[in-house]
Amino acid sequence: MDNMQKQELASLTLTQAAGLLAKGEASSSELTKLMLDRIAASNNNAYITVNAEAMAAAEAADARRREGGSLSPVDGLPMALKDNFCVRGMKTTCASRMLENFVPPYTATVAEKLADAGTVLLGKVNMDEFAAGNATDTSYFGPTKNPRDPKRVAGGSSGGSAAAVAEDTAYFTMGSDTGGSVRQPAAFCGVVGLKPTYGRVSRYGVVAFASSLDQVGPLNKTVEDCALTLSLIAGRDPRDASSLPNPVPDYLAGLKGAEGLKGLRVGVPKEYMGPGIQAEIRENVKKLIADLQTAGAIVEECSLPQLEYALSAYYVISSAEFSSNLGRFDGVKYGYRAKSYDGYDDMLRRTRSEAFGDEVKRRILLGTYTLSAGYFDAYYLRAQKARTLIMEDFRRAFSQYDILLTPTTPVTAWPLGTAFEDPSKVYAMDLCTVSVNVAGLPAISLPWGTDREGMPVGVQLIGPTLSEDRILQAAHGVEALSLHNYGEGRGQKGGGVHV
Amino acid sequence: MSDYKAVIGLEVHAELDTASKIYCGCTTAFGGEENTHVCPVCLGLPGALPLLNEKVVEFCIKAGLALNCKINNYSRQDRKHYFYPDLPKSFQTSQLDLPICYDGYLDIEVNGQTKRIGITRIHIEEDAGKLIHGLTGTRVDYNRGATGLIEIVSEPDLSSPEEVYAYMETLRQVLLYTGVSNCKMEEGSLRCDVNVSIHKEGEPFGVRTEMKNINSLSAAKAATAYEIKRQKQVLEEGGSLFQATLRWDDAKGINYVMRVKEHADEYYYFPEPDIMPIVISPEKVEAIRATLPELPKARQQRYKEQYGLSDYDANILTVSKALSDLFDQAVAECQGPAKACANFIMGDITRLLNEEALQPEEVPFGGKELAELANLASQGAISSSAASKVVEMLFQPEFAGKGPKAIVEEQNLGQVSDQGAIKAMCQQVIDANPKIVEDYRGGKKQAISALVGQVMKASKGKANPAMANQLLEELLGS
Repeated sequence: MDNMQKQELASLTLTQAAGLLAKGEASSSELTKLMLDRIAASNNNAYITVNAEAMAAAEAADARRREGGSLSPVDGLPMALKDNFCVRGMKTTCASRMLENFVPPYTATVAEKLADAGTVLLGKVNMDEFAAGNATDTSYFGPTKNPRDPKRVAGGSSGGSAAAVAEDTAYFTMGSDTGGSVRQPAAFCGVVGLKPTYGRVSRYGVVAFASSLDQVGPLNKTVEDCALTLSLIAGRDPRDASSLPNPVPDYLAGLKGAEGLKGLRVGVPKEYMGPGIQAEIRENVKKLIADLQTAGAIVEECSLPQLEYALSAYYVISSAEFSSNLGRFDGVKYGYRAKSYDGYDDMLRRTRSEAFGDEVKRRILLGTYTLSAGYFDAYYLRAQKARTLIMEDFRRAFSQYDILLTPTTPVTAWPLGTAFEDPSKVYAMDLCTVSVNVAGLPAISLPWGTDREGMPVGVQLIGPTLSEDRILQAAHGVEALSLHNYGEGRGQKGGGVHV
Repeated sequence: MSDYKAVIGLEVHAELDTASKIYCGCTTAFGGEENTHVCPVCLGLPGALPLLNEKVVEFCIKAGLALNCKINNYSRQDRKHYFYPDLPKSFQTSQLDLPICYDGYLDIEVNGQTKRIGITRIHIEEDAGKLIHGLTGTRVDYNRGATGLIEIVSEPDLSSPEEVYAYMETLRQVLLYTGVSNCKMEEGSLRCDVNVSIHKEGEPFGVRTEMKNINSLSAAKAATAYEIKRQKQVLEEGGSLFQATLRWDDAKGINYVMRVKEHADEYYYFPEPDIMPIVISPEKVEAIRATLPELPKARQQRYKEQYGLSDYDANILTVSKALSDLFDQAVAECQGPAKACANFIMGDITRLLNEEALQPEEVPFGGKELAELANLASQGAISSSAASKVVEMLFQPEFAGKGPKAIVEEQNLGQVSDQGAIKAMCQQVIDANPKIVEDYRGGKKQAISALVGQVMKASKGKANPAMANQLLEELLGS
């Protein structure tokens, strides 16, 4: 196999690769070896831990396939998990010094489901420390570089997940999305990222950032791959009280390209098309609006006035829950413990001071402050009231529209090492994504052209509760338009790969 | 000095007697090798999620109904944060402003007077682990961690150490009767925090101190008495009290200051996002109400009205639900007076439980056997001393499965009521004890009981003592 063939094989979509395995034209061992070699050769720092058992798992998958006992259509396909998914016996660091050597004794439900489907775990990918960030630059193991331009950030917090898909070192990855952590890096790296409805996918075994906002989601090369991946992980988990009992529909059934856009009622909230959005991104979205109308969709500007409060409400609620969830890292039971200390209080102080990075500390302080008795009503309670109003706004919008269309991010990927004047400027980069988490809704980001410098632009489609099938169908239509208009089927120049 | 009035409120923590912990399937069994009754959930490992044990909610409702509470149909759990090594998540999952039960009461009796003590609220929460201090350092055992608890908060309606004792005793009885807690205070299953302040009539409440984690009824009483006295002394000497948390040293009989509270406690409470709101339908409440057993107060009333037992007997019989149940079962089968069954329970059975260090639940026989025994005794088929022997044997494993009748026959314990045989023994006793006979004839009529005693001894306890008494009187010609 020459390098050209290897490159082609690596850049296959999940669906294409599954087809090759089914036809016996490639083996899991072959694909897994290819991925491992590429991981070793990559300079993007997408991976934290490579699974030493990956080849053995691939060989087992090949053996199953030979004997006609494949576990699923994706049996044997190599993938990676964000490093906040617990996997029994494998380091789960959350990209923090605190958990640098933490090996959990149990496995996350989603990781179990993917293993049950026969997928091969290549390893654990980089992220912002404890998922607190939007550029994967707060990782204790160094930033992940954007494969589209290694001088730029990959986005975050699931930056490693997005980069691995973009650089073809995994056929798909899993991330977690608390305020845009799947969608934003997907947009920055030019891949597809889905944040399902809160409760659609189990959170069990995924180290919590903000429990009422966290949701696990896949990062993929195409919308079809995304639908396939979601069908592997969605559904009620008796171990997660917040997981929803609703049956899981066939997400692939509704995918019908641009056809699926006919008669679709699309609302475009003007709040996300204002001057805070980079002009080229706005231009791209306007182009999409025109293309959607051409394809038979009904597109209108709409307004969700309460979105103005989403960013503040999000940072209050998420920081409060974050500070609470991270209290358990005290040096007593597992994880980092300060080398020298005088008594319990001192151990606690030193351990947490030494092992947490600045951004984690900032959010713990923020959260602790807003939960203090004297400030609880002014911050946490008001944020929860805003949350209710934001949900109301969305409900009203969805009585008129099937989906909402917004840019995923106000800007494209910024250069690594950018010094923001203050943290609130960095937080403002989450403008378009956080409201979706605050309201618990599903949303997908997919590539839609680039800016002048060739960096990918992502567009976001938001749907009502449990409308994953609907937004996947719409995204599949948008993807078809992209291929037609930009020649980009998977967010990479030159379009889809044909084998 | 005596014009100070004490204002006392109690917070009682009862460990629930559910098979598994509050958020996972781990056992709640007491003890066990350190850190063996644990899993990722109760250890609070990152990513693990709690699942609320429905039994915990049911037990709380049950306790609430038994304590005349209203039940919130919508309640939720909250996180209460503090750092301590025995708390693996750094927060205790508890309830802040929407407890499951509220606004109830418990009637207690002190010196024959009934007093109604308000119950402010009852909420569910998780227990913490245990610190084990060794020579080389401190270890933590999380076996007890995340066992379900209810916290029962009283109104500050108590005003004396005696009332504290009566409240704890009555509450313990209710919890045992409803089966929500085994209330083993020596295992820490029931603990209380006592809040005490004193003030003069017509003046505002005084400064409050709190004594934490008291784990016996007598300690609660002693600690309260000590604290009231201490506060009076400070005020009378012109000093001033400060808000503090105290620790009661039961061995030394004194309070220590654990920490002075300058500010209100800060626990950064907020609603627990990993546990869904607790919605309780009126139907569920009624279904649980239907499972409530007859409570001690009602039983006492019934014993007095139906069986003519005294207040004292009725109270003693209902201290333990197991013994009270035994009584009810025995009475149902007993042909003689209920009092006969009661006497066995309050006498021989209680004595043997104490001697053998057994719990009331561990009486090795049932109401049928007790009824049989009471029938034998009231028919005069066995003497009271023989009856005591039968009870002792019923406690012995080698007599397991044998009823009183069988034992009496096998051990030849039947009472001798053969007039001729007893008369002969009486004559022998009279002949052998001229001094006592002389006393009797000289007017010391009570000397006859010494002679009856001799007859009983000679008959190895089998003679019918009433008959012996009568025959002796006849023979002595009185």
